[in-house]
Amino acid sequence: MAAVERKLITARMDQPGYSNRLESYLAAGGYGALRKALAMTPEAIRAEVSKAGLRGRGGAGFGCGLKWSLVDRKSGKPIYLICNADESEPGTFKDKQIIYKDPHALIEGIVCASFANGVKTAYIYIRGEFAEGYKILVTAIEEARAKNFVGANILGSGYSLEIFVHRGAGAYICGEETGLIESLEGKRAYPRFKPPYFPAVLGLWMCPTIVNNVETLCNIPLIVGMGGAEFSHIGTPNNTGTRMMCVSGHVNKPGYYEVELGKITLGELINGLCGGVSGGRKAKAIIPGGSSAKVMRCDERFKGKKRDGTEYDWSWQDVPVDFDSVAMIGSMAGSGGVIVLDETADLPKALANIAEFYAHESCGQCTPCREGSLWMAKALHRMTHGRAMKGDTDYLKSIADNIPGRTICPFGEACSWPVQSFIEKFRDDFAKLEK
Amino acid sequence: MSAQVPPHLDAEVNALLAHYPPEQKRSAVLMVLHAVQEQCGCVSDAMVEWVAAKLGCQPIHVYECVTFYPMFRRKRVGKYHIKICRTLSCELAGSHKLSETLQKTVGTGMDQTTPDGKFTISWVECLAACGTGPCLMINDDFHEKVTKEKAEQLLANLK
Repeated sequence: MAAVERKLITARMDQPGYSNRLESYLAAGGYGALRKALAMTPEAIRAEVSKAGLRGRGGAGFGCGLKWSLVDRKSGKPIYLICNADESEPGTFKDKQIIYKDPHALIEGIVCASFANGVKTAYIYIRGEFAEGYKILVTAIEEARAKNFVGANILGSGYSLEIFVHRGAGAYICGEETGLIESLEGKRAYPRFKPPYFPAVLGLWMCPTIVNNVETLCNIPLIVGMGGAEFSHIGTPNNTGTRMMCVSGHVNKPGYYEVELGKITLGELINGLCGGVSGGRKAKAIIPGGSSAKVMRCDERFKGKKRDGTEYDWSWQDVPVDFDSVAMIGSMAGSGGVIVLDETADLPKALANIAEFYAHESCGQCTPCREGSLWMAKALHRMTHGRAMKGDTDYLKSIADNIPGRTICPFGEACSWPVQSFIEKFRDDFAKLEK
Repeated sequence: MSAQVPPHLDAEVNALLAHYPPEQKRSAVLMVLHAVQEQCGCVSDAMVEWVAAKLGCQPIHVYECVTFYPMFRRKRVGKYHIKICRTLSCELAGSHKLSETLQKTVGTGMDQTTPDGKFTISWVECLAACGTGPCLMINDDFHEKVTKEKAEQLLANLK
């Protein structure tokens, strides 16, 4: 069967004549879900989102309904919602499409989510490089305000919400939710200890805070519109809905493809939707979920038992595109950024590039990450510039093995997993540089 | 040291402050620094002090942000700041060749500015256009799938 897309989030954006202005969104039925939501109780909306099984699209895949259920609603303090639009995991470019091409879908998602959680002020934290995206969002909010979709007494419901757009300034770590909150408070984006600083309890300005990704929030109006039960039938159990998969690297048709989770395989995504590996070559390695995800070796068989006890024996082409399957084979679906490296790719050079990214982006708060990410980048630099020293491969691995679990935030894992997995899967490519 | 504050900047900053609770003015620092840099070209010591006074915090609180966030700069760059994505997907799509073309055409090296002050070229980290690499930004404008021809055309269009 030919692989097909299921366009729910991207249904409008690439149609001829569709613009990012309000009239386009309204003509496509936009803000209909908001009217429906405002006629429901906040509790009922939250119940539908839980029923839908929506998992966060930013990277961790944490249940959205569960995240919302953890919010401290009894503190007497205001509850804030922050839309995480700091898209910066290498390989990922989906949120940018939504912001630039269909910003009102995001605004409607934010208003619905805010209403469901009693939020009176929401912030969109957008990465600084999206300067035009910032202007697009500010314009969209003004348009929405003029039609009373945002602001005081929205559509006569008695519910009021202000949305502000806040620009970051080029730091990857702001994608980590507590780093983002520190940044929004006007400080260096040093992630916070958890516990006690769970955003749902002690978030922005020490108030209960929800941080949701752009694509996650765009699913809320869909859930309100069709109901959580129907949404839960899209995709597969525990991996519901669609996902915007971003494919880049050595494929014929790189780009974003919205697919039903678990309904297509990695092979169908790459060989079908993406037109195959560049130049008819073979895939050598695939990074399935943004550059921090562990790399897959394409001539490997992936074997094991599923949660229901049935056994699987997959080639890389057989791996279903969803959170659980990619986790089962030892990596993660992460941010949905798939990077394909073909048989001609220089893997140490690719890893050196990734390592340099993480060395640049470590916030510097925790010693293992600050020093380790830099040491790994330096070692990989010399290895890929003809100056490898004897034992460098083991040296790299020992650094990577000593960072995870010893840092405040998951950046420690993010910078180590690529190094650990590239060496585990492709040791020969590195070892031969030592000679 | 007193700052030369461009006209309109004070009003722009006051409008930004309204986006945050009155007791949380410091939260506006990134937005204010963007506004300062846009109007002044960089963030000077004098402007750090001015921003701190506006936000009711110490200059160190502003300065630590200027030095932490890569988009803020302490010195002016060329009229056109060309920022090429360095990260993996763009590298696989040919960003190194692109940087060579740009350096040769413009006549300067990476992280340097042409003597006439027109161009600065830098590497930056992932710009979230991995499917349409190699990509770059010229000031605030994105350009994707930048071939050699497209790069030369882009440069020719810059006055």
